[in-house]
Amino acid sequence: MSATTPRPTRRLSAGSAVRYVLLSLGAVAFLFPFYYMVVGSLRGQTVGDLSAAVPSGLTGDNYAAVNSAISLGRSLLNSGIMTIGVLLCTLVFGVLAGYALAQLRFRGKGAVFAALLLVQMIPFQLLTLPLYVLVVRDYGLGDNYLGMILPFAINSTAVFLFRQFFAQMPQSLFEAARIDGASELRILWRIALPMARPAVLTALLLTFIGPWNEFLWPFLVTKDADMQPLAVSLASFLSNLQGTVANPAGALLAGACVLALPAVVLFLLFQRHFTSTDIDSGVKG
Amino acid sequence: MSVNLDAAPGAVRTSAPAPRGKARRGLSRAGALFVSPYVLFLVVVFAVPLVYTVWISFHRFYFTAPGTDIDSPWVGLSNYRDVFTDPVVGQAFLNILIFLVINVPLTVGLSLVLAAALNSKIRGRGFFRAAFYVPYVTASVALVAVWQFLFGSDGFVNHLLGSHAPDPSWLVNSHLAMPMIAVFVTWKQLGFFVMLYLASLQNVGKELYEASAMDGAGKVRQFFSVTVPGVRPATTLVVIYAIITGANLFSEPYLLTGGGGPDHASTSPVLLMYQKGIEQGHPDFAAALGVVLVAFVMVVSIAARKLTERGD
Repeated sequence: MSATTPRPTRRLSAGSAVRYVLLSLGAVAFLFPFYYMVVGSLRGQTVGDLSAAVPSGLTGDNYAAVNSAISLGRSLLNSGIMTIGVLLCTLVFGVLAGYALAQLRFRGKGAVFAALLLVQMIPFQLLTLPLYVLVVRDYGLGDNYLGMILPFAINSTAVFLFRQFFAQMPQSLFEAARIDGASELRILWRIALPMARPAVLTALLLTFIGPWNEFLWPFLVTKDADMQPLAVSLASFLSNLQGTVANPAGALLAGACVLALPAVVLFLLFQRHFTSTDIDSGVKG
Repeated sequence: MSVNLDAAPGAVRTSAPAPRGKARRGLSRAGALFVSPYVLFLVVVFAVPLVYTVWISFHRFYFTAPGTDIDSPWVGLSNYRDVFTDPVVGQAFLNILIFLVINVPLTVGLSLVLAAALNSKIRGRGFFRAAFYVPYVTASVALVAVWQFLFGSDGFVNHLLGSHAPDPSWLVNSHLAMPMIAVFVTWKQLGFFVMLYLASLQNVGKELYEASAMDGAGKVRQFFSVTVPGVRPATTLVVIYAIITGANLFSEPYLLTGGGGPDHASTSPVLLMYQKGIEQGHPDFAAALGVVLVAFVMVVSIAARKLTERGD
């Protein structure tokens, strides 16, 4: 007994030491750029050397500088309107579609579900050129919030998540309400939706990062600087406005911090809802 | 289900069909109604543009001011001929292949190792999961700004490397531009795949590990003969995702390597579609390129699926 017990414990601790080393190396590789971004955004003179990783002489000047170059408030407002529009459409129309696909029968249901799965496999950027022609030229929606929202309006991954969640609910739950004469809309609103709150939260988080972080589409449809979301105005700062401020690298990193912050904070706040199983079911299609 | 089980069998048999039949008729209207906005969305955002691209690709097509009408004559395969004879197009497709060759093994290897290390009751699990996931939820544009600063010619990494720094530097070096994009995308998305593998690891039977331990397999041997085959479905997903990402690449080559790198070394097909279609005003060329890209994605996906599933 006494001869055999120490061995497994020693092997175990060696194993967990390896785990910790691997995980810590990973964490450093993932987090260092963020640390560098925050420190760089706060330094009076931001240069690329090793000293830039040390916080000293901190100042908020870079935030003021990037604000004067691209009007942060206006860009953030544009990002916010685009994102909220997408979230609202996905929530309203996505829940309706998800519920119908899970619990109702109608003609063409199989085809709609097949399309839902197929759409997630189409490289979306491919459609940007014809969409650009249609939306900007034919519908005249350039520099318009509707045009910015349209291609993302209903997130198919979210519809799939809603559908999976509603499909898990037993049909008998809804049968009783139907026999009592409740309309489907009422059943969805009163019975299904309250039970689906975790799925709704996950879907909204998943949906949020899309329009908030999107670059190519709003870059194409917004030429007017007053309509550009932050990702687009920051990119234009990156490629041609840097010369206009005293500390260009610092100002750029300050803008990057402002763009990164909302998504990161939301993710950290709701992290426990963002479980691996949800991701798994989200991509199984 | 449970309701039917509780009721007397006779009662169920006689009463069940009537309401269900009535319900079915009523339901079909609500179902179609509920799903119609989504169907409309799919038609407007996916089906119509897809058909429109094909149509444009067979015509001579110009951008015009709204309200003016210019003829778009049928030109057959002429746009496709232009696409196939343009050397930059070939370069762009080669670049996606370079992207895949670097991105897929790196993603599979790193995320599987990190997921395996995370797959036990260890302290700080929540912290590590969050740390790995943060780049995935952050905007590319923000991360590109940091990477430009880290890997610029006078950047942090070159200061660390000193005289070993590559010349020309990372992002402006024609041999390193595309690999840098592949590494950037791998880094950004790795957290997503760590979580995917973590979920997939839950499905690998514990008894397989016990049995192989009984046969004297060490941890490393177990990793390769139990873990790796056990998560094959997740690996197939990584490959498919990588192909879709490669086909979608735009902001990274456009912003990280300044509009496609030296001599188009990091030009992607979508970036080329943007440059040709919108900057240079040849949407017909861009449309034909788009159709070729869809075909490319399909062929590569089918080949990849055959390859990853051959082991079963």
